[in-house]
Amino acid sequence: MDSLANKSLTKTNYTEFLNKYGMLIILVLLFVALSLKIDGFASIRNVLSILEQVSMFGIIAIGVTFAIVTGGIDLSGGSIVALASVVGATIVTGSEGYGMTILAFGAALFIGSVCGLINGSITAYGRIPPFIATLGMMTMARGMAQLFSDGRPVDASSDAFTSIGDGTVFGIPGLVIIYVLVAVVCHVMMSRMTFGRHVFAIGGNVKTARICGVNVEITLVKVYVLAGALAGLAGAMLASRAYAGNPTFGNMWELDAIAAAVIGGTSLAGGVGSVGMCIVGALIIGVMNKGLNMLGVDPYWQQIIKGMIIISAVLLDAQKRKKA
Amino acid sequence: MTNSDSILEMINVSKTFPGVKALDQVNLTIRKGSIHALMGENGAGKSTLMKILYGLYTPDEGGKILFDGKPFTPKVPIDAIRTGLAMVPQEISPSGNLSVAANFFLGRELRKGFMMDHQAMNKETAKVLEELGIPMEVETLMQDVSVAKAQLLAIATAVSYDAKLIIMDEPTTALTESEVQQLYKIVRKVQERGISIIYISHKLGEVFELADEVSVIRDGEYIGTKKTSDITKEALINMMVGREMDEMFERERVEIGETLLEVNNLSLPGKFEDISFDVKKGEVFGIAGLVGAGRSEVVEAIFGYKAAQSGDIYLHGKRVEIYKPMDAIKRRIGFVTEDRKLTGLMLNMSVTDNMIMPELSPYVKSGLISDELASHVAEDMKKQLRIKTPTVDTIIDNLSGGNQQKVLIARWLLLEPEVLILDEPTKGIDVGAKAEIYKLIVELARLGKAIIIVSSEMLELLSLSDRIMVMAEGREIGIVDREQATQEVILEMAAGGDVPSEQTIDTSDLRIEGVA
Repeated sequence: MDSLANKSLTKTNYTEFLNKYGMLIILVLLFVALSLKIDGFASIRNVLSILEQVSMFGIIAIGVTFAIVTGGIDLSGGSIVALASVVGATIVTGSEGYGMTILAFGAALFIGSVCGLINGSITAYGRIPPFIATLGMMTMARGMAQLFSDGRPVDASSDAFTSIGDGTVFGIPGLVIIYVLVAVVCHVMMSRMTFGRHVFAIGGNVKTARICGVNVEITLVKVYVLAGALAGLAGAMLASRAYAGNPTFGNMWELDAIAAAVIGGTSLAGGVGSVGMCIVGALIIGVMNKGLNMLGVDPYWQQIIKGMIIISAVLLDAQKRKKA
Repeated sequence: MTNSDSILEMINVSKTFPGVKALDQVNLTIRKGSIHALMGENGAGKSTLMKILYGLYTPDEGGKILFDGKPFTPKVPIDAIRTGLAMVPQEISPSGNLSVAANFFLGRELRKGFMMDHQAMNKETAKVLEELGIPMEVETLMQDVSVAKAQLLAIATAVSYDAKLIIMDEPTTALTESEVQQLYKIVRKVQERGISIIYISHKLGEVFELADEVSVIRDGEYIGTKKTSDITKEALINMMVGREMDEMFERERVEIGETLLEVNNLSLPGKFEDISFDVKKGEVFGIAGLVGAGRSEVVEAIFGYKAAQSGDIYLHGKRVEIYKPMDAIKRRIGFVTEDRKLTGLMLNMSVTDNMIMPELSPYVKSGLISDELASHVAEDMKKQLRIKTPTVDTIIDNLSGGNQQKVLIARWLLLEPEVLILDEPTKGIDVGAKAEIYKLIVELARLGKAIIIVSSEMLELLSLSDRIMVMAEGREIGIVDREQATQEVILEMAAGGDVPSEQTIDTSDLRIEGVA
């Protein structure tokens, strides 16, 4: 009896293992293949550069993952990056010391949170599909960024501020450290806190979640506030890296973020996803971008390839669900 | 064997679902040009039978279906329609944004070249409607048409498909009395055209008024066919009920204590009106009624899932306000819902997560959920309820229906409820699991919980309940004590008292006093 149960267990474990770590294996294979093909791809410098590029849309992707796990979506991330970057830049420009830097980051987080609060409230209380609510915010935040900056880049020259994007700690870029910190905190929230468990419950079955006493509306608002705040943070990070805020920043980043979540195995049907796998998804995109660039692949082709990979990931998810 | 004056013959038709035999060797013969009523309790297998005829289910090997003397094996509904069998479902779902004529011709639009020929379609629709005496403007948008008219249009559509046999599934459920009379008229007109009709109904009155013959199925078995002129209402009820009382589960009686939950004049317009009852400690309180009687809506209101508009709920004699499930959960009311998939399970989450969701706080240590502690508690429940699952971390989708149901019961047991509401607790689960759930319910009663059970299974209700409230069309017909409750009494009450019988039940006598 016991051995029989074990036998069937081994088999489910095997498929479960593939389901769980399939994308991680693909990431490793992709990295190894590109390293063999391109000299210096596996160098520490190159890896850190990939991580740095991934960090910003990767942070947005973590917020988007929360939204997708509830069965929703957030399209406004890229535009919030732009808005937060011009506001942050305006605050720090010409300043000295860390006071204004902290203020700029705080303002970026705050602006992102407010956008998220609007997204969440419209979705939860207005019963508007999040696709539409965040699509509206995507356009509005971009417009506000243009209006605020008069359509021009805003200088962000402040040694303290730019040191965050430029600096390293033990050789690790500041942006990567922020990414890791955010990822750890969000991972704990998602997997170990009541809030995260409620996020899964809503995505798993919103009616059941209600019956189990989950406050669906407030949880949804929290999710979109978190996603907005993370996008705002990414905006401040980008401004510090680029020494400027720009209303054109973050264009299409929301799509890279969604792609990262989906490639990582977050199900658009809701109820399935994790921060760890979202990072893997973001890294796959980052490694691929870098690799294709270094191979000199036509950027137009790069877009086509990226699109195909996203569709394959969603097909895979649909296949998995059909089997279940 | 083949009978030339029968339009449909089903011979030894069976249908097995995993773990359940929905139909067992059913024989049914429909004579040409007759209105043939099909009766049976909820879950007797009527809709399974109809779905087989409509190509939605494939019957088990071994049976035979003849339509107009020829073998009939529909794979999809269109096969059935082409052969001459049409269905008017219980709930019509027309395209509201299209006109009456467009709905009439949906999927077979008339064309002139590449364009739709609206004129011809309007004309043809009007012609068929007039022939059947259905007053309806063909250009009206369907969303502006009443449910009754939509039903009539569905019948007209079936006729226009040159159907030889039309199945009508409880067509009067949503109709008013005058609409019902109109429907009868149309049904007779259809019959005059030589079309046979299978008329599924719960209502004895309309069966005797409309049908030439009536067949009864019960628990998936064919019981018999009678001419309506040859059978009395009592005899028909007996055919539907049939089972002997010794098949009942003999439960142990436990001591019944003071009143725990009291419901007073609870109303939600359109769903239920003026519902009042009380449930005592250690008591199992059953709620009976036909599908659509408003039973689930009442318990959903008590739990705050879809709150009532007026009326009061008392716990321990104190008025409580329950507007959302959290209010009920805080007051230790548990609710196992009717539809496991729709409102019960979170299919892609683990057994543990499904159990602990209503109350995570006992597992939280310094802000973080201790999965270890949660698994430990879930493991205890698994042993206690003998839930068959490899581990408590298994995704619940992989469990059988009976074991999923046990997890859902465990979910609310973890809450240590004072009141436990179970809506169709044994729907779609196998006999073994059923027996275990019955035992569990009795055990919970012994522990002094107040238990409310909504069930369509008469034997289940009669076996378990101390008292049974019967509902019909959103109204409380009466509350019957265990000693007085028989299948006949309850069925007659559930049919809405439209059975004029010499022993009409005086419901006022059966009402339990003490509900202020």
